[in-house]
Amino acid sequence: MLYYIAQQTINAIQLGSIYALIALGYSMVYGVLVMINFAHSDLFMLGAFACLLLATMLPVQLPFVVILLLVMAIIGLLGALIERVAYRPLRGAPRVSAIITALGCGLVIQNTTLSLSPYPKYMPELFNSRTLTFSGLTITTLQILIIGISFGLMVALDFLIRKTRYGMAMRAISFDVRTVPLMGIPVNRIISLTFLVGAGLGGAAGMLYGLAYPQISSGIGILIGWKAFIAAVIGGIGSIRGAVLGGFLLGLVEVMAVAFTDSSYRDLIAYSLLLLILVFKPYGLLGQAPNQKV
Amino acid sequence: MKISHAIFAGLTLAALAGCGESGAPSIKVGLNTELTGEMPAVGASARNAAELFVSEINAAGGIDVGEQKLPIELIVADNGAKADQARTVAQKLISQDNVLAMIGPDASSCAIPASIVAETLKCPMISPWSTNPKTTLNDDGSPKKYVFRACFIDSFQARVLAKFVLNTLNAKTAAVLYDVASEAPNGQANLFREVFQQNGGKIVAFETYSTGDRDFSAQLTKIKAANPEVIFLPAYYNDAAGITRQARQQGITAQFVGSDAWSSPEIIKLGGNDIAGSYFCNHYSTEIATDVAKKFMSDYKARYGQNPDDVAALTYDAFGLLVQAIRDAGKLDREAVRDALAKIEKYQGVTGEMQFKDGSGDPIKSAVILQIKDNAFNWVQNGQP
Repeated sequence: MLYYIAQQTINAIQLGSIYALIALGYSMVYGVLVMINFAHSDLFMLGAFACLLLATMLPVQLPFVVILLLVMAIIGLLGALIERVAYRPLRGAPRVSAIITALGCGLVIQNTTLSLSPYPKYMPELFNSRTLTFSGLTITTLQILIIGISFGLMVALDFLIRKTRYGMAMRAISFDVRTVPLMGIPVNRIISLTFLVGAGLGGAAGMLYGLAYPQISSGIGILIGWKAFIAAVIGGIGSIRGAVLGGFLLGLVEVMAVAFTDSSYRDLIAYSLLLLILVFKPYGLLGQAPNQKV
Repeated sequence: MKISHAIFAGLTLAALAGCGESGAPSIKVGLNTELTGEMPAVGASARNAAELFVSEINAAGGIDVGEQKLPIELIVADNGAKADQARTVAQKLISQDNVLAMIGPDASSCAIPASIVAETLKCPMISPWSTNPKTTLNDDGSPKKYVFRACFIDSFQARVLAKFVLNTLNAKTAAVLYDVASEAPNGQANLFREVFQQNGGKIVAFETYSTGDRDFSAQLTKIKAANPEVIFLPAYYNDAAGITRQARQQGITAQFVGSDAWSSPEIIKLGGNDIAGSYFCNHYSTEIATDVAKKFMSDYKARYGQNPDDVAALTYDAFGLLVQAIRDAGKLDREAVRDALAKIEKYQGVTGEMQFKDGSGDPIKSAVILQIKDNAFNWVQNGQP
């Protein structure tokens, strides 16, 4: 029984780390712009495709770390570009316009990918994974790598936000976007940077997901994107640590619902529990009620 | 913009001119299939087989209808492997394109909603590959009048598989993992459980996931703890490959058994070593092919450079059944074609002999058990229901 719980916990950590990485992107953008970037799940999908192209189309075989960094850079730049051309012109417009624009961007990305690649593609093995067994518990080296990279990226992001000037500027913008420009903070540049980092993390998540589940298609972002968004809301959207907490919590609840009840009820149980959290904590676990501005 | 307008105008003129010149009518047949979405290999096979069939018929001058010989005009429409889109596409093919009959959809989750449209609009429909009993049945259990299929149904398949696991594999315990949100896998899983238990087998785990899930680790850990001899996976080829891979990674050594949803050769490429040695139930085997089947296989291979899977074979047979019905009917009338289809007593298709009886849209035919071995599907035995 103990082994069973331990094995299921390993399953939950892997699933949760991917949810958490994607949830971060939703939460960061919400933090600075109070906007939900629905194109994020499609950037996640493009991360997997970028990895596939880098791994198969180049004449030289790049090392794993280089591919990861390139994927993050490409998807990050794409995220910042979308913000520049599609969201910035609407900054003063009603909030719902920005959300509809984001949905539109997502659909454009998804359907462009679908028309360019109508059939699922198969991710090559970039990493020679082995299965390790510890007295009945199994874990693959790929799983360890995925979990390790996810944690590494989350710690790096936490450092960026808490200890650097850019991070301080991001937090300042999310605290009061009207006063911050008066202090000489370049708001547009910080917002671009937020999209760059958020989308970069989403791209990394897409790549890791593609390695773990090696069939990729234009639709892989839809379901997992919704789940990660829910994770961000549960954790308290706008809160970075909340997004991580929400991601792992969602992974854990989903896996344990399968482990200890009928798996047909997984989504029912998992999402009822999460709704219950929102009943008691309407702003999510680590979220804060918005400042009342009189 | 101007250029594209000019091209468009040119094309329209050309099309109009074409109509004026030939003036001869054609037989419009719609193909409602899964070109994009979750199972594009299914749609690709269906389209390939349909185009092969139509080009063969048209090269021979067309079909004899009364005194005329008419060519087939094939209209292919993509249902995206989505239930709502399959319904819309059926509506468009039948009402707008005014097809004589519709072939497809193939996935049961698409074929069931499309069959309701066909039944309401009184247009003959033949699904090549949908095995769920509900496709040809009304809600009250009576057979739909206008809906047929070219394949066996899941209750038959479940008996074949349950007997195979119990008698040939000599396994008494089985686990099942299936997509609860998809019609065909859902039906196959439940029917298998029923028949397996009736015949003395024991289901030790009965687990589900949802369409679009890629992580099956929690369910597999649970199945591993139940320690079954056989794991039955009535899942489409892409899911089945993912599940077997994750199962082997968790150190699960049980024998995998699948349904006809496995039949795309993509599964061999996707599943690799993890799926090798697995058995599944299928509609036909290239190894015990009749002359009709051999000819189809070599024509298909010559045209597309690959062996036809069973979706291709069944699509070809669905067209064959339709053409025989059109010939028998002797006129281009949906009602007459439907009546002729329901009366087909013997049709020798690629996938064997078929017969329609007692107003049912389900043909009486056989099944085979295949094994994935040496990167190919190998015939093991004929199915014993």
